[in-house]
Amino acid sequence: MKRNHLLIIVFAFIIALASFAGCSSGGGEAATEEPAATEEPAATEEQAAPEEEAPAVSGAVMIAAAASLENAFEGDLKPLFNAQYPDVTVTGTYDSSGKLQEQIEGGLEADIFFSAALKQMDALVEGGFIDAAAVTDLLLNEVVLITSPQSETKVTSFDNITEAKSIAIGDPASVPAGQYAQEVLTTLGVWDKVESTASMGTNVTEVLNWVAEGSAEVGIVYATDAASMPDDVKVLAIASPETMQTPVVYPVAELIRVTEENKAATDAFVEFIKSPEAMSVFESYGFKPYEG
Amino acid sequence: MEWAPVIISLKTASVSILITFAIGTWLAYLVCRIRKDSVRSTIDAILTLPLVLPPTVAGFLLLYIFGSYRPLGELLGEIGVRIVFNWQATVIAAVVISFPLMYRSAKAAFVQVDPIFMQAARTIGLSERRIVFRILLPLAAPGLASGGILAFSRGLGEFGATALIAGNIPGVTRTMPLAIYSAVVGGRTEEAYRYVVILILVSFIFVWLLSFLTDRRTTRQRSGERTPRL
Repeated sequence: MKRNHLLIIVFAFIIALASFAGCSSGGGEAATEEPAATEEPAATEEQAAPEEEAPAVSGAVMIAAAASLENAFEGDLKPLFNAQYPDVTVTGTYDSSGKLQEQIEGGLEADIFFSAALKQMDALVEGGFIDAAAVTDLLLNEVVLITSPQSETKVTSFDNITEAKSIAIGDPASVPAGQYAQEVLTTLGVWDKVESTASMGTNVTEVLNWVAEGSAEVGIVYATDAASMPDDVKVLAIASPETMQTPVVYPVAELIRVTEENKAATDAFVEFIKSPEAMSVFESYGFKPYEG
Repeated sequence: MEWAPVIISLKTASVSILITFAIGTWLAYLVCRIRKDSVRSTIDAILTLPLVLPPTVAGFLLLYIFGSYRPLGELLGEIGVRIVFNWQATVIAAVVISFPLMYRSAKAAFVQVDPIFMQAARTIGLSERRIVFRILLPLAAPGLASGGILAFSRGLGEFGATALIAGNIPGVTRTMPLAIYSAVVGGRTEEAYRYVVILILVSFIFVWLLSFLTDRRTTRQRSGERTPRL
């Protein structure tokens, strides 16, 4: 609907420009602006044209996604998708994957589930909410060591992390990124030392802020968290996959409950999420494609 | 259950109350002596602000002052003093947050002291210093004591500003409120429950002491001569 309004406005603008150009008998500026403006609706048509059924797809899709995906979806993916499918309304609900799993089990009418870990996806497959064949392990998040751009830390990698005067990590008892940090540091044999000196954040934002302010010399978060504050934190090192028992994989799947009338819209959105176009958006938010 | 958070909290509250008591009482005295109403109200409002603002605001401002990349924080860092993420930071947070309780109680106590005593003292030529220590402070003592108890209890429960500037380092800066929060979000309800009981008990004892002191004072005032108020 909004897209239609926009088109009408753009169209009206072009007509106005064109008539203006006609009146002023070839005013240089108007003439150069005109083709630029006409390009926009033309491009939209082109994008929609190759997929024959595309203009016909309509409906409502609700995606339940991990909180770390919110910016990517709300900022870029939804508008991009709606440019191709203007008649599909996409709504998003974002929370921790565990909470979303509980909500879906409790009757949340989501059409797509995008989890930040395999565990919650597996639970919903077992619970009969998702068809195992529908699950795609799409994204990879990395565990990174960060510091402030202003810091003069001697730490260069996870191996010599104990040279930092202060370390911030997520509390492994409650923060998934903290559990991964513990895994990595345990493998490297420095967890005992870190545990007794590290400040345990109760969420990732707290860890980011401690590092950004220099209260903590270094911290451990997800690559996507670090990418959300590019001016305030810089990545020192990426944890190698060998130091972790399981990689941080984000699986996505359509739910079994999707209704007949929204099926085409849901399929289209899932296809879009898996497209190279969407992947480049995910990558700009710090994710990596998962090639397992 | 670890006892470290209990000990850290009591240590923090005890050290901070010494600082808060001294500064709060002193500033209350100075503010009471300001003659110009508008100036007095302005300073009074500023000193009371930490009471009504969320502790995170105080923590944010403290970070601005003591943060590692802030001017003062850098200056202190060069002489080897690091405030943030050290135990001292829990004291600073507790002082700032509990200060208004001490300050307001002290100010109320000073205002209630009948100026006739000080005037009498001045006529016999006592120095201002002696008037303060021999007359004003003893007469204001019950109010100062209740302010001190309130401030101590508030310092014991400080959470928001502490988390921002002191962090959450087990055994170093993890006070009881932080331990409770970490235990709750970590699903360790049992542990949280124990800290909660300890915190409630300790706070109750001190607040009870406060009520006991103030009640006694009002009964004594009622039975004796009523002191006119300013």
